Amino acid sequence: MGTALSTTLAFFTPQSGGSPNANQIDSLYKITLVIAIVIFAAVAGALLYALIRFRARKGNVAAQIRGNTRLEIGWTVAAAVILLALAVVTFAKLSSIQNPPNSGAEGDRLASDNGLLFASSERKLPPDGKALNIQVIGRQYIWQFVYPGASEPDGLGAPYSYEEMVVPTETTVSLDIVSSDVVHSWWIPELGGKFQAVPGYHNYTWFKISKPGIYRGQCAVLCGRGHARMIATVRAVPPAQFDAWLAGRKQQLTEANKDAQEARTKLSKQTGAGQVENP
Amino acid sequence: MATYVAPVPQVNAHRAEREATGWTSWITTTDHKRIGIMYIVTTFVFFLMGGVEALMMRLQLGAPDNTLVTPTTYNQLFTMHGTTMVFLFVVPMMAGLANYFVPLMIGARDMAFPRLNALSYWLLLAGGIVFYSSVFWNPPEAGWVSFIPLANSTFSPSGGEDAWIYLIHLTGLSSLLGAINLYATIANMRAKGMSWGRLPLFVWTILTYSVLLIFALPVIAAAVTLLLTERHFGTHFFDPTEGGSPVLWQHLFWFFGHPEVYVMVLPGFGIISEILPVFARKPIFGYKAIAASTVAIAFLGFLTWAHHMFTAPVPDAILVFVMISSYFIAVPTGVKILNWIATLWRGSIELTTPLLFCAGAIGIFLIGGISGIFLATFPIDWQVNETYFVVAHLHFVLLGGAVMPIFGAIYYWFPKMSGKMLSEGLGKLSFALIFLGILTTFLIQHVMGLDGMPRRVYEYDNVGHLQLYNVISTVGSFILAAGVAVTVLNVVRSLRSGVTAGPDPWQANTLEWFTSSPPPANNFDVVPRVRSAEPMKDIRREIERRSSGAASDGAATVPAGARQVGV
Repeated sequence: MGTALSTTLAFFTPQSGGSPNANQIDSLYKITLVIAIVIFAAVAGALLYALIRFRARKGNVAAQIRGNTRLEIGWTVAAAVILLALAVVTFAKLSSIQNPPNSGAEGDRLASDNGLLFASSERKLPPDGKALNIQVIGRQYIWQFVYPGASEPDGLGAPYSYEEMVVPTETTVSLDIVSSDVVHSWWIPELGGKFQAVPGYHNYTWFKISKPGIYRGQCAVLCGRGHARMIATVRAVPPAQFDAWLAGRKQQLTEANKDAQEARTKLSKQTGAGQVENP
Repeated sequence: MATYVAPVPQVNAHRAEREATGWTSWITTTDHKRIGIMYIVTTFVFFLMGGVEALMMRLQLGAPDNTLVTPTTYNQLFTMHGTTMVFLFVVPMMAGLANYFVPLMIGARDMAFPRLNALSYWLLLAGGIVFYSSVFWNPPEAGWVSFIPLANSTFSPSGGEDAWIYLIHLTGLSSLLGAINLYATIANMRAKGMSWGRLPLFVWTILTYSVLLIFALPVIAAAVTLLLTERHFGTHFFDPTEGGSPVLWQHLFWFFGHPEVYVMVLPGFGIISEILPVFARKPIFGYKAIAASTVAIAFLGFLTWAHHMFTAPVPDAILVFVMISSYFIAVPTGVKILNWIATLWRGSIELTTPLLFCAGAIGIFLIGGISGIFLATFPIDWQVNETYFVVAHLHFVLLGGAVMPIFGAIYYWFPKMSGKMLSEGLGKLSFALIFLGILTTFLIQHVMGLDGMPRRVYEYDNVGHLQLYNVISTVGSFILAAGVAVTVLNVVRSLRSGVTAGPDPWQANTLEWFTSSPPPANNFDVVPRVRSAEPMKDIRREIERRSSGAASDGAATVPAGARQVGV
């Protein structure tokens, strides 16, 4: 019974369960949905009732009413009050949707107050100011994720991955969303809302995942012919596993860069040409 | 002793010009009624083309990972569909209905600038031809919103995007000239006694439609000109590497795009406000509130454009402001809906096809209006925007606010335009199929969006029940198409062998029913003095009074001329 109810409710509500902001949006949605259903039932009911009850029959004379000022003022005010109430509920929920919480005990050491490439007042940080900062780069038709840990001060040499973002659980992850070509939109439904990646702009969001798992999403703004294939996955792993993954990733990239460097040196020797530029 | 009713003077036309016939009379006409018919027929053809594009998309999505059309073709289909329905169907269809009926409803003999009126039509047709000729080369594929950088020459090198730009320019110029013409006509050419408080509500909405177009169109014209120079002359208005901004395009586009929504639905609201009182046999409830809410919606419509940009990088202050202004718009919209229901309340409702389309439109629009509240709440918008939820929302708004009223208007006004009645049986069948088709196609799309299916994707993975939902939606789209086909059949059949309508088959309220069906060139022999918002009701009552008064006096009955001229 309980599962049947929750399944039915899930049918009418957005996805959630991955991160507190998605859960808060979901609950705001449910409050709005209840109000909406009541209004819809009342208005559609009145419309249907009028159409059936007052249809033309013998002896049925239409009342020649031209208006009723008190009634009209009444429902104008009522509509405004309902919307005001909705606005109040939204503002009450807003902080928990927009502002990230601190990382949990386990993930705290992974969060830091540095690693920010760009400071912005639009970027929401937890009360302690520490988050794991990942840059999300949209490009036709793949997502790239750049993690903290750059070997050079300007962010060069940072570990990165494509399509699958790996993150630690119990850690507040702050995303800096950018684009290198056209407008894209970052969206993992269970981890909160979507945010456009616009060339020349930084857009921000965050999530904090409590249980390990895989969360799927895809680009949500038309970005060209491959738009439907521009998928994204977030894999949440325990913090210790994340450490290992990030170290491994760094290692792989270092080795790959070394191999590339060797190949370039070999090539320049063979051809006698100058240093081939890093593509 | 016999108080003889003074015969109304009749005008006898001597050496009157014969009405021109043949195809040259159509292409050279400046008669608002002929131009209106050309508008209506042309835009309906575009509606059918846009509908076929929609059906092809629904077929592609009928199965997951379908390969019926290529990704490129799919992108072209939704770009053509959206552009066609907005710029070549709804907006000019409203212009067509306004062209035909505004002069008749206000007792004018033509539009203020008849030749400008013809130019408006031919510019529209030119825009449509330029746009659809791209089908033979490369149709545009950047969506009807043409987001930049996707629409610039680097990412959309084909000429299709340029065809889109020229379509916006040509149809925009057409709409702008039409709007000025309608405004001038309504402001200056009303019958004696037709004060602003007696203007038919459809005319009120067309007046508002015109003002909205006059303010909004220059912005999109400027925006697409910037896009044109960006594509071909090396400017950098939208290029962030040269100090430009892609978000600028979104602001310019939606500053036009949101008022455009009201350009499309307000005349639809006007049609509903005309048809309901006629078939409920009751005056409209709250005339002033409905007229005032039309103007209020139009004004607020200019303050809410950024609710299309909640996911773009915009400051929090804008999010909050736009959410509140969008909420505000729900108030006058709700007022209208409640006034319509109050108009039906305690009436004597004849469930004719025009009334059914209008009542259905209110129900459909109600769903779209309520889902609009979710989208106006920006945190919820972050989840549901750019998904099938918003596809469902906009279709409920436009089908309920514009398309179903247009069908109601076709059934209501076809007798006036052609002199023939449409079949009620086929009309009700068409209504049932369209209403059921809309619900089947679009209700389930809310759920698809909530389950994470973005819009504008040519394929999807069959996770959850996405395949089932999509199949339901595809089946619904064909039911809807069948409903449209029934109306086309009805019109063709009636033109051949319809029942003669007579001047006033519905016992309606407004002046277009005062003249014959179809009306002659220059519309009226005599324009009656208007004494209320329902002049035809007054005229019928006057005829009744005189004929019964005359009968009780045992005097001569009303002269035939009085009935014809109707005073």
